[in-house]
Amino acid sequence: MKGESILELKDIKMTEKQWNSSTKIWTEKRGRILTFTSVSIMIMIAISILYFVASKGFSTFTVNKASIVDFFTGIEWKPGSLNELGKPIVGALPLIFGSFAVTLLAAIICSPLAVGAAIFMTEISPKFGKKVLQPVIELLVGIPSVVYGFVGLSVVVPFLREHLGGSGFGIAAGTIVLTVMILPTITSLSMDAIESVPMQIREASLALGATRWQTIYRVILKTSLPGLLTAIVFGMARAFGEALAVQMVIGNSTVIPTSFVEPASTLTSILTMGMGYTVMGKAENNALWSLALMLLLMSLVFIIIIRILGRRRVY
Amino acid sequence: MRKRVLALFSMLLVFAIFAAGCGNGNETGSKANADGGDKNTEETAKGSITAVGSSALQPLVDEAANQYMSTNQGATINVQGGGSGTGLSQISEGAVDIGNSDIFAEEKDGIDGSKLVDHKVAVVGMGPVVNKDAGVEDITKKQLIDIFTGKIKNWKDVGGKDEKIVIINRAEGSGTRAVFEKHALDGATPAKAQEQDSSGTVQKIVSETPGAISYLAFSYFNDSITPLKVDGVAPTEANVETNDWKIWAYEHMYTNGEPKGLTKEFLDFILSDDIQSSLITKLGYIPVTGMKVERDADGNVKNK
Repeated sequence: MKGESILELKDIKMTEKQWNSSTKIWTEKRGRILTFTSVSIMIMIAISILYFVASKGFSTFTVNKASIVDFFTGIEWKPGSLNELGKPIVGALPLIFGSFAVTLLAAIICSPLAVGAAIFMTEISPKFGKKVLQPVIELLVGIPSVVYGFVGLSVVVPFLREHLGGSGFGIAAGTIVLTVMILPTITSLSMDAIESVPMQIREASLALGATRWQTIYRVILKTSLPGLLTAIVFGMARAFGEALAVQMVIGNSTVIPTSFVEPASTLTSILTMGMGYTVMGKAENNALWSLALMLLLMSLVFIIIIRILGRRRVY
Repeated sequence: MRKRVLALFSMLLVFAIFAAGCGNGNETGSKANADGGDKNTEETAKGSITAVGSSALQPLVDEAANQYMSTNQGATINVQGGGSGTGLSQISEGAVDIGNSDIFAEEKDGIDGSKLVDHKVAVVGMGPVVNKDAGVEDITKKQLIDIFTGKIKNWKDVGGKDEKIVIINRAEGSGTRAVFEKHALDGATPAKAQEQDSSGTVQKIVSETPGAISYLAFSYFNDSITPLKVDGVAPTEANVETNDWKIWAYEHMYTNGEPKGLTKEFLDFILSDDIQSSLITKLGYIPVTGMKVERDADGNVKNK
């Protein structure tokens, strides 16, 4: 037995020597070149997009001389016309308000539902959850946003009009559609977070005499909290950037609404609506790029938040 | 290992081809176009051209392109939407072969119309439409302006039911909206209201929302909505041809310089009697040949 294993070792050494000759070096190099090319292409794409959006987005303020303060505080969005100072009217506050309103409301409604579902699928009924609920939730991810928008337009809007009054278009409809859209994202990420809580922690808690609910509530939720928060922020990032479905149900009126069933607008809805109608390089077009830049910066903020939350993940 | 490397390489290759295609697509297109113009003057032109712009005109150009391509092997015509503004800006930059637009190039800010050649291929009539519940079929132009500027807020003020008016605008910069504001509202700025991106969505919303009013091209009229008469004039093709119904626009197909090769062949095809008399009326447009009046970019109308 002993002799055999030594022989084997020798064999391996032999092959390693052969490898060392030239193949190995070539394989290493080849791998390096391939990965390096991919990485540099990705970096180039990211940098060029950042540069392009930023240069276009800032030109509203540098070339067209619109005021940045107006952009964040003004309530009149008419980038095609000039105000009395000869500057384009780019008050994006109603759009920013709309974006944050639907995103936050959707997150508030969705988070308890999603985390509850995740607990059910991992802790309470893992078999049924894995076999039936998870595929259903994953199915929801695959539905294109235009379908969500169309369902919202055909079902949610008339429903709200009949029961809450108004035209039905507005923040309420947008929130409902977004809630359904981000539900699968938050649920599956929450499931991952809860599942990654080590078994020993559960066993320790149960061994101390805690009931199942006490274990879930006091131990599992607490330990997986950073992961759950990451899931929610991911969901919010998705909601903030969603364009098509929201555009179809929110009504796209650039005012700050006084009720949930009054037409409002979001950054994305005005951006997608205006795209086809503006001429490259004009103030109207640059103003849309500023909205795009704003969205880009917001996604940066979301990523930073996710990073900070991720760092806290210790058991 | 080998398989993975192969897969990676093929991915890179696909990416490279894609990138190259993006960069040079227009160049090859116009080159092929130029070749076609030089060589095949007696035969049908070959090659590929791109038409971009107005979504109101898109169905017509799409269908005409299909018919043209089925009889002319080797010719490829790409038709894309994107709105009148896109059509005008792309054609003035020379990025495409044909730019489709609902409005005159002179009406759009930032477009240098001096190099563009206008081809009016059809006329499209537009009109105000309301939800069936509103109980109104005929209003005056003054009432129409008052409704859209927000002075009249209830249908009972114009002889309809006691119901709140819900205005639905098209997106700012839309060709249909520009035409409607110019010829129906006499240039008045409409009140802030909800905006929708496409004619199809507007049609659906007006048919389902009680008290809703908006405006659509004739081709989008159907039984689910009520087209309004303005000052007693009905929105019909015959009334557009005599300019009794004033809310209409030419559908323009702009070229950068005089068209050559396939571009010229295709424009001639759309303007041919065959297409003008069959396809255009079938799709709800009005043939430009049937018009008894002519209108210029400033809105001056004279008899033909």
